[in-house]
Amino acid sequence: MKDKFNARSIVIACLLALLALLPVYVGLTGHYFPLTLFTRIVILALAATSLNVILGYGGMVSFGHAAYLGIGGYVVGILAKEGIASGLVQWPLALAVSAMAARIGGALCLRTRGVYFIMITLAFAQMIYYVAVGLDRYGGDDGLTIYRRSQFGSLINLSSKIEFYYLCLALLLAAIYLTWRLVNSRFGMAIRGARSNDRRMRAIGFPTFRYRLVAFVIAGTMCGLAGVLLANHTDFISPAVMHWTRSGDLIVMVVLGGMGSLFGPLIGAVTLLVLEEALSGITEYWQIIVGPLFLLVVLFARGGIDGMLAGAHRG
Amino acid sequence: MLLLEQCLNGLQFGLLLFLLAAGLTLVFGIMDLVNLAHGSFYMIGAYCAATFAAVTGSFVLGALLGLVATLIVGMMVDVLALRRLYGRDHLDQVLGTFGLILFFNELVRLIWGPAGLSLPVPGWLSAAVEILPGIYYPSYRIAIIVVALLVALFLYIVVMRTRLGMLIRAGAANREMVGALGINIKRLYTLVFGLGAALAGLAGLMQAPILTVQIGMGENILILAFVVIIIGGIGSIRGAFLAAIFVGLVDTVGRAFLPDLLRLAMSPAAAATLAPALSSMLIYLLMALVLVLRPEGLFPVGSK
Repeated sequence: MKDKFNARSIVIACLLALLALLPVYVGLTGHYFPLTLFTRIVILALAATSLNVILGYGGMVSFGHAAYLGIGGYVVGILAKEGIASGLVQWPLALAVSAMAARIGGALCLRTRGVYFIMITLAFAQMIYYVAVGLDRYGGDDGLTIYRRSQFGSLINLSSKIEFYYLCLALLLAAIYLTWRLVNSRFGMAIRGARSNDRRMRAIGFPTFRYRLVAFVIAGTMCGLAGVLLANHTDFISPAVMHWTRSGDLIVMVVLGGMGSLFGPLIGAVTLLVLEEALSGITEYWQIIVGPLFLLVVLFARGGIDGMLAGAHRG
Repeated sequence: MLLLEQCLNGLQFGLLLFLLAAGLTLVFGIMDLVNLAHGSFYMIGAYCAATFAAVTGSFVLGALLGLVATLIVGMMVDVLALRRLYGRDHLDQVLGTFGLILFFNELVRLIWGPAGLSLPVPGWLSAAVEILPGIYYPSYRIAIIVVALLVALFLYIVVMRTRLGMLIRAGAANREMVGALGINIKRLYTLVFGLGAALAGLAGLMQAPILTVQIGMGENILILAFVVIIIGGIGSIRGAFLAAIFVGLVDTVGRAFLPDLLRLAMSPAAAATLAPALSSMLIYLLMALVLVLRPEGLFPVGSK
């Protein structure tokens, strides 16, 4: 990073400026659609950022990360349905439940390695999906409409599209900052070391299982926050939020943007979702293009977009 | 009496899971490839069989043609796309095959439309048979059990008793060495992959008359097949067989009897809320238990 004005930092700066100024454009033109789309993109970028902590830095390929989107969302939805609309109750509880789920799931999943880990995270997410389908009182398969967004008194009004967008953006940037502090700390070094050579890390005295577990819980909690935001954004929560293809999408965002890169998940989320939006405008069968595209990214663009911008070859 | 019927249903479901899991575990054991798109072959098998059966008017002919079609699609996928993913990171394989799922789902929607198809049970298998005095069981389900058991036996003979099986096992142990001995490893891989795809297609087309043929039908059952091979131990066909039957039985019998069991212990209302959620969690809890006790599955393949 000696040259501060390389292509990569210019793209990131432009992207951030664009995200920050979007409400101004919306205010001028009066078209609210881009704001709705980008609120969604920012929220999913937050989820992808959380996945990047374990996937990009920790090398843990979790194929069940969307489960935390659902857990965070369902805590908000269930509390709202039971008449507790205060965000000061909803949000901490949602984060706590996500953290608990990650603690329990992680303790089991992290006993395994490699393909087992991929499959068991997938299976656990599927289990939580079916639990949500079985929640008859809260809509079951059809989902649950949230009639009131989380209330924060006079602090912030989530029903205002622009305030909500800026809240999401601020939380995303906070998450990226947290990730940056985390991966450059001693803790982050241990996680990355365990990714490269677990046995050696243990030999020099790091209890890598505990380090991985803490990373897993941090990622799960962060993604639970994204779930809280997503439920508030759509005013709706259903099991579809944690369908396993959503977990796949999150992985695609991370890999497309650049694994183990701070802004990679954001770049990936913007690219994937804007591309989806554009293609679905052209043809109803847009997935027939996106699917093979994933394959091409895997085959030819290993470092993701961020890697290409930096011009670095990842090993 | 109901218990016997549910056990047979569980056995039948377990054997179908085995057909899926066998291909998955073969491909993983030999080529070290995680293939998420395996469920797509299940779907393609069902769609092709339903179409061919409608055209030819014969279930058996339709099923055979569907099987051949799935075999060809599987080999084409291997040659065109997956061959490049061998030896890559598992994450790359997961992503690449995830892309393939989206592609196949959309392709099926493009060709057959969003509404599902139906594949009627052939007339000569639609009657129920008396298996024990006073107990009737649909003959179509018995046919599934018989066919799947025959296929399992066939698979065992192929892998353990033929030259092809010898090459497969040798390839799993040391692929470079087999290649160095003059075997065309790429062709072997394509063949094995096609075989796995055909097994998945067979499972799909046999299940088709019981459920409807629809887009994404292979995905939920694929995740169950994952659970099966995690429990059985990845790469082990014997493990897949036993685990598949176990999972099939636990899932089916659990769904049938858990509501009644819960009703004994708690109020009917509470049981009615809890039972559906709990019975769909049952096999995942089982998997968690197996992983706590044996992280490598019940029948781990010797470490390479």
